[in-house]
Amino acid sequence: MSFPWAEAYEPKHPLMRWIDQRLPLPRLVYGAVGGGYPVPRNLNYFWNFGVLAGLALTIQIVTGIVLAMHYASTGDHAFQSVEHIMRDVNQGWFLRYAHANGASFFFIVTYLHIFRGLYYGSYKAPREIVWMLGLVILLLMMATAFMGYVLPWGQMSFWGAKVITGLFGAIPLVGEPIQQWLLGGYAPDQATLNRFFSLHYLLPFVIAGVIILHIWALHIPGSSNPTGVEVKTPQDTVPFHPFYTAKDGFGAGVFLILFALVTFFAPNYLGHADNYIPANPLSTPAHIVPEWYFWPFYAILRAFTVDFILPAKLWGVLAMFSAILIHFFLPWLDPSPVRSGNYRPMFRRFFWLLVVDVLVLGFCGGRPAEEPYVMISQIATMYYFAHFLIVLPILSKVERTLPLPSSISASVLHGEEREAAPADLGGALGRAPATGAH
Amino acid sequence: MVRFFGFLVGLVFVAVAAWSLVWGAFAFVTQPREENVVHAFHQEPRALHLASDGPLGKYDRRQLQRGFQVYKEVCSSCHSLSLVAFRNLEEIGYNEAEVKAIANQWQIEVPDVDPKTGEANTRKAIPADHFPSPYPNEVGARAANNNALPPDLSLITKAREGGAAYVYSLLTGYRDPPANLPADSRPGPNLHYNPWFANLNIAMPPPLRSEGQVSYADGTKPTVDQMAKDIAAFLTWTAEPRLENRHRAGLASLIFLIFATVLAYMAYQNIWHGGASRRVRITGPLDPENMERRDEANREAGVNL
Repeated sequence: MSFPWAEAYEPKHPLMRWIDQRLPLPRLVYGAVGGGYPVPRNLNYFWNFGVLAGLALTIQIVTGIVLAMHYASTGDHAFQSVEHIMRDVNQGWFLRYAHANGASFFFIVTYLHIFRGLYYGSYKAPREIVWMLGLVILLLMMATAFMGYVLPWGQMSFWGAKVITGLFGAIPLVGEPIQQWLLGGYAPDQATLNRFFSLHYLLPFVIAGVIILHIWALHIPGSSNPTGVEVKTPQDTVPFHPFYTAKDGFGAGVFLILFALVTFFAPNYLGHADNYIPANPLSTPAHIVPEWYFWPFYAILRAFTVDFILPAKLWGVLAMFSAILIHFFLPWLDPSPVRSGNYRPMFRRFFWLLVVDVLVLGFCGGRPAEEPYVMISQIATMYYFAHFLIVLPILSKVERTLPLPSSISASVLHGEEREAAPADLGGALGRAPATGAH
Repeated sequence: MVRFFGFLVGLVFVAVAAWSLVWGAFAFVTQPREENVVHAFHQEPRALHLASDGPLGKYDRRQLQRGFQVYKEVCSSCHSLSLVAFRNLEEIGYNEAEVKAIANQWQIEVPDVDPKTGEANTRKAIPADHFPSPYPNEVGARAANNNALPPDLSLITKAREGGAAYVYSLLTGYRDPPANLPADSRPGPNLHYNPWFANLNIAMPPPLRSEGQVSYADGTKPTVDQMAKDIAAFLTWTAEPRLENRHRAGLASLIFLIFATVLAYMAYQNIWHGGASRRVRITGPLDPENMERRDEANREAGVNL
């Protein structure tokens, strides 16, 4: 599909030939995830997480569809219907715990997938659209997860919905009408619950559609790899099937073991006790916190505490949305021609600082809005924006990168440290193959 | 262009966050920190070990039955248990007849409609009914309890930080207020000091007051501590009745998944590092090479098959 040496589909069975001539679906599958997709041979385990995210989405859709058969999206019955699932529906407890923890695991693997992309420069040309479609998926996931958390209609559901839709109320002039339009009223109520359920059922299929575009766009240049050096010859690649299907099979096994450990033995560990109290508009919980995967963004939201031309709340909302939206510009904010962090010593230092920074933000986001957590999240917020908008553009101009291997095969066969090629920044793209030049 | 505007946006966000930080730090340094009385006196739940703890825990049915007895004789006069049905009691070891009797003798009757006149009335509970609430509605519950609302207990061990240990600590945690407790944190009228409660002062009067308040059918000594443990265990079951299924299914799933993952790892290693170079031959009586050897041996021995 992507390289001249990609194998064309040759049906082995007469039935497959018969189908392929009428509907070239076998051809599509073969080219997308079969033997017809040549993939760099040097991918490490970080390249497992795309498939794992797809697996997590599948788990969510399957468990979610069955849960929807037993769930009632009315304010009077939502909480009871969830408990009905937990108590009286056959294996309902499993469906619900798998779905609730499945959301967390979906985010874990997606964040690791993004981590991979950030470290190995997967967002760089020619894969900008792959990256941007991935961000669209992330935004859709966040919307879906937020609305899903509202459905059990516990205290955290209700107050989470109130706080998050309240963010839109910070927008000048149109904020309040937008908030009322989202909620279908002045406060979360029947109308809110019903529309959130409807959208929560719809969006995963939208995500599935964007994933198809994501994979389609990926297959044009093909997968990147830990060296960031593009594929040059057939020796640099192995067919996706069986090589990476086998590796992903092992990765899926490890993922499912960890998933089962949490789902069966600590199913409420990632949740919040307050959500086992039915929603009560008259009683505010002591600490309103979103689910853990929103904590870094929640910390950024709460870091802006002082009015400065605009109200503090609006700054927080702008910063929180910008924290994700700036990633759309990342391919242009970081113009270094070297993709992989392995060959960018200065980038690597700042990158790990960013990872620590996001973990600190996550920690502060889960704490109550008290000192010293607010001050810590203010410092961490400053670095978060400085990293992407100030440090990266300058860094990529002044950095001296390490010499790149002449090709993927060379890096695999001879060890990277023995490659004596000069640090030719442009060399990563479109240089003559030098397999075995060592 | 993107980098230029990005740089400006970055500067703005960093500057505004820094401005907030300066103000926050200034306030942090200059303003006296308020001593949080609740933080200072509030206590973490005391350790409680139940048979259902741990990854393979199972419920101790005798303890659950004792806990049910405490609920029936003490808690149920104020607290509902609306998510649990009488029929569920079979899961903690009562038989069908016993459940029927428990439902039939339950002090609170179930709201119903007179089939002849259509008027609201009440009837005796049957096993299919959920535990009836002691009050007709929230207003009634508050009116009977000095405007405090006794929470439903079905999910209480999952709805409070600390779970069963919290329930146990709270029930055994009534104290005289310490002498150094500030006046505005002292219990007001109809409130009781309890350092395990979120704001130190709880409206519920001490429910378990003296040894022997409940007389256990199984002969266990009904100390306050024992009764508190038993009701905490019972409420763990009401909140998570499928815990045993979950532990069993979890163990089976893990065994299967570990086995499957080891196989997947071997397949992965075989495809990447074995494969074409080391072809695996199946040997046995049907192996063509073995069949040939056998035939030759037969020919040499003059055996004609």
